[in-house]
Amino acid sequence: MSNVVDRNSADIAAKTTQIALTINGLDRRLELDPRTSLLDALREHLHLTGTKKGCDHGQCGACTVLINGRRINACLTLAVMHEDDDILTIEGLGSPGALHTLQAAFVERDAFQCGYCTPGQICSAVGMLAEAKAGWPSHVTADVGSRDIVLTDGEIRERMSGNICRCAAYPNIVAAIRDVAEDART
Amino acid sequence: MRPFTYERATDSRAAVTAVSRAGAKYISGGTNLLDLMKLDIEQPSHLVDISRLPLKDIDELPDGGLRIGAQAVNSDVAADGRVRTRYPVLSQALLAGASGQLRNKASVGGNLLQRTRCPYFSDTAAACNKREPGSGCSAIGGFNRIHAILGASDACIATHPSDMAVAMTALDAQVELLGADQAVRHVALVDFHRLPGNTPHIETVLQPGEMITAVVLPPPPPGRQLYRKVRDRASYAFALVSVAAIVAAERGTITAARVAFGGVAHKPWRGTEAEAALIDHPASGATFRAAADAAFASAVGRGHNNFKIELAKRTLYRTLAQVTQPDEDTP
Amino acid sequence: MTAMIGKPVNRVDGPLKVSGQATYAYEHWENDVGQPLYGFIVGATIGNGRIARIDTTRAERAAGVQLVMTHLNAPVQGIPTPDPSVPLPYWVAKPELSSPDIHHYGQPVALVVATTFEQARAASNLVDVEYTAEPGHYEFAARHDQAYAPKTLVMGIATDTAVGDFDSAFAGAEVKIDQRFTTPYEFSQPMEPNVCLAVPHRDGEELTAYVSTQIVSAARARIAKTLLMDPQRIDIVAPYIGGGFGSKLAVHAETILALLAARQLKQPVKVAMTRQQIFQLVGMRTTSSQRVRLGAERDGRLVALAHEATMYANPQEEWAEPMAAFLRSLYAAPNRLTRHRLVPLDLQGNEDVRAPGEAPGLLALESAMDELAHALAMDPVELRIGNEPTRDPERDVPFSDRRLVECMREGAHRFGWEGRPARPGSRRDARWLVGYGMAAASRGHPQAPTKARVRIGADGNAVVQSDMTDIGTGTYTILTQVAAECLGLPMDRVRVELGRSEFPTSWGSGGSWGAANSSNAVRRACEALCEKQRTADGRIPAEGLEAEGEIVGASDDPNFTNYSMSSYGAHFAEVGVDIDTCEIRLRRMLGVFAAGRILNHKTARSQLIGGMIWGVGAALHEEAVIDSRSGAFVNRDLAEYLVPVHADIPEIDAIVLDGFDDKANALGVKGIGELSICGAGASIANAVFNATGVRVRDFPITLDKVLPGLPLAEV
Repeated sequence: MSNVVDRNSADIAAKTTQIALTINGLDRRLELDPRTSLLDALREHLHLTGTKKGCDHGQCGACTVLINGRRINACLTLAVMHEDDDILTIEGLGSPGALHTLQAAFVERDAFQCGYCTPGQICSAVGMLAEAKAGWPSHVTADVGSRDIVLTDGEIRERMSGNICRCAAYPNIVAAIRDVAEDART
Repeated sequence: MRPFTYERATDSRAAVTAVSRAGAKYISGGTNLLDLMKLDIEQPSHLVDISRLPLKDIDELPDGGLRIGAQAVNSDVAADGRVRTRYPVLSQALLAGASGQLRNKASVGGNLLQRTRCPYFSDTAAACNKREPGSGCSAIGGFNRIHAILGASDACIATHPSDMAVAMTALDAQVELLGADQAVRHVALVDFHRLPGNTPHIETVLQPGEMITAVVLPPPPPGRQLYRKVRDRASYAFALVSVAAIVAAERGTITAARVAFGGVAHKPWRGTEAEAALIDHPASGATFRAAADAAFASAVGRGHNNFKIELAKRTLYRTLAQVTQPDEDTP
Repeated sequence: MTAMIGKPVNRVDGPLKVSGQATYAYEHWENDVGQPLYGFIVGATIGNGRIARIDTTRAERAAGVQLVMTHLNAPVQGIPTPDPSVPLPYWVAKPELSSPDIHHYGQPVALVVATTFEQARAASNLVDVEYTAEPGHYEFAARHDQAYAPKTLVMGIATDTAVGDFDSAFAGAEVKIDQRFTTPYEFSQPMEPNVCLAVPHRDGEELTAYVSTQIVSAARARIAKTLLMDPQRIDIVAPYIGGGFGSKLAVHAETILALLAARQLKQPVKVAMTRQQIFQLVGMRTTSSQRVRLGAERDGRLVALAHEATMYANPQEEWAEPMAAFLRSLYAAPNRLTRHRLVPLDLQGNEDVRAPGEAPGLLALESAMDELAHALAMDPVELRIGNEPTRDPERDVPFSDRRLVECMREGAHRFGWEGRPARPGSRRDARWLVGYGMAAASRGHPQAPTKARVRIGADGNAVVQSDMTDIGTGTYTILTQVAAECLGLPMDRVRVELGRSEFPTSWGSGGSWGAANSSNAVRRACEALCEKQRTADGRIPAEGLEAEGEIVGASDDPNFTNYSMSSYGAHFAEVGVDIDTCEIRLRRMLGVFAAGRILNHKTARSQLIGGMIWGVGAALHEEAVIDSRSGAFVNRDLAEYLVPVHADIPEIDAIVLDGFDDKANALGVKGIGELSICGAGASIANAVFNATGVRVRDFPITLDKVLPGLPLAEV
């Protein structure tokens, strides 16, 4: 357990906690109010603003990051709960000069407009493709007992439904993900 | 969100001890607790993080059942091969809930304890007997489209939002609890959540400090299983109504039936009246209709949610038709 | 000169956006910005009345709190005064915390500023407010007897029009449709919330506002008028905007409050509305009750046409949406009438939401046209073609470029319209009832005064500058294409810089005017630059060359008087309705559009598809519900205010007819940002009717409204 720094013993609110997070392969040390969400730790303390705050309540998916390879909503978890976890954000996935295949597919398919939900869509897609590869079923899988998961457009849509795009680039997002999923198969 | 102190529990015994202090709460996935803390609905002063306790395993039981650790996340349970083949209704229910991201974080224990989606509950400016006992119920006379049609009271018409718990209710699940006194007890899930009555703020039979350690599934019941969720958009939405059905039929006659409903009551609702109307009856439209009528004979609408009564009946009718007729077209 | 305009090139800002490197307003951590403080808005919990007492003691004592601003200590601010030079309200002052009076639920009563976001949010719950509540009027349906006619609609559009003798013609018509449609409150809800990072300089004498806004010049004007400052001392920075859809045409409380606090504290302050607050602090699309009357001959020829829209308005800031105005130029009929009425309610002021006017108006009108086609047993496409006007039927001027018929014919062909179920409720696919529907689309083409600057260096690289914004619309990309083509440069030698108040002014992004305005201004700047270069014998001097280009607003352009100018389209939708539960799912959808010349076929298609999906939301999902007891929006988050998600959207395609509107502007371009919403929802509503035989006139069409009309399908 991390040690607690007590700046003002009379006021519990002033207590911050020192934590160490591993983000995009780098160890980062932070002194945080325990109330700090992982999302706010990234954006306001580490200035990793690629992860977006859309609703702050797990209702839009803009804050999606990968924890130990799994996609989650960074707004609904406390930073302090993620010591020893491997945190991957959009910045760790690729950069403008060296895009991840999904990032490149999003550009090619014009799978975004305003771009605000986009990092979350891409991180979500990374996690989603891993889930499908692991044979996880979805709500639209006809037989949840079957291990043979075919990533149809319908499967992609259902599995990506936790990421809202108000510009409604949905058909292009599905196309971009389909491109990458097909490339991975061939 | 009010200030709180945080500690990570190292084992279950330490956790129940740690949570015994005033204002303390467990946090697991946090997907509902933090949501409500941000809105000042939940106000813990101390959080005991139990998400890393060794309660994530899904274990075979000697009787053929499964013991699902309370800290197993929803997606792991849904993807578990044994759940998918032996308890497909549970897998289907989990996959019908929330989003991929939320399922990766939300725990089984936390799912059972999630709070209602009643908008007045999550608005500190509105009267709500669940949040502030005695203040009144804003949903009665207010916008109550998503509210309860069964088992509600004049104090509260909120619904329980879980899909998972509906399937588990149909599966006769037991909840395994570790008490503040370190004693373990089991409660049938059907008895775990309470109806609102005059105390809608008391939602479960959990004792102070008690922690959910596992959900125990008995061996799979005979028959086919199906979970059907009806909602306003195709995904990432709470149920208007949902049905978990497990029905066995021999030579056209129903021999065993378990039915549970979501989105209709303050708790996952076991449809005992529907079950009685099914067992020993022919697997026919007339039987399904009788079951649907029996299930919702005591249903009461509150205005905007009146449609749920007919919707729930139809959803049950069709789910029964599908679960008893394998060739029935799936929507 | 290499042709670049129209090419489906990738977005030039794409690599930045997909890698999380595009910087939105709340995200500026540049060295000169500094560590900001965090502001959190406290909203009123009554809908009408006044603050009787407000006690900030507890909040001020809370950890980290630097300032609690209320009406008791907020600086004096400018008052809203209409600006005769601009016919829209976004340029007008918007004071906050300026009086104890409460005019709508959620109105800011305090701003809490603290060192951290967590501290500010926690302390916001410690502001103690006592209210003297007064009865408020919140229920639209109950107040229709209070309806009044506004002097004009927005932009000076006429409130009512009448041609011929509607009443007699309608009375004598062989086939009549007389129906009332209702549409709900809707919100834009772009993914990026309304936010502002306010940075003071020189002790607050000067301000930089990093703000999420569609119109930089409007943001600057509103800030200057509200804070009583010289606009030249205010710098607006908005390089990337996470969507707008009307909700960021104006800056709101987040910007005014952040700037007031930053100025007072002489430190940077940032404020973001929570998603819940956006539902109370940003204007919504008005709810409406629309009566549509269509009178036709047996052959389908319309003889009488009336569209009367009743909407709500906040008495403090009346804003009348032109909900029936599009009909004045859509279909031919000798006798016609359009009317707009407003019902005053104690709610926040309504505002533009993508395609104000046409979006809700066409839901009603194009549903009614479908009812008429059904009553006449006519093909809905042929009914519309039969009522195609040759000239604008109310203004009696020619159309600049119409092509609605072509859109419908092309769409019908590509969609397989001839294979539609002839009788409602007649087609089954497994557990689904299947139906087809179509609707026409039209959207007025506006034009606003716009300037742009182009500079070319001795190295041959060009820079384009305008305070125009890219809210996801592709402005960076299309202006790069226009400048590259006009200057004869490859795209990678052109850099477009947008969203700063130091650049030449425009009306930004909104009203579907952004692309046409800015591309034509850039074209003129490029032409002026080329002329300068020719004068310099083709040489670029060491200090480079610079030129400005400008276009005038519609009122100063005779073509807008002499021609009826709109963009057009047609939607075709196929839906499935669950035979038991009446869940409605879109199965496929096609839109065909004519909007003059297209600047980039890739980004245009994306925007058109996005608009069509807004139509899906309007038809099936979106509805913000008022609690008529409190005046609060009940379902004020994204879990309960439902917008379409991935799973709701099947294969959708949008096709653009290549064209060139030579009356619109020199590039032949018209706007597409809103066109594709218009009519989209009606095509889905009509498909639901075709699938089920149930006509729902109360939007959105949720399953509970279909259920009573569809009997249980027996096993």
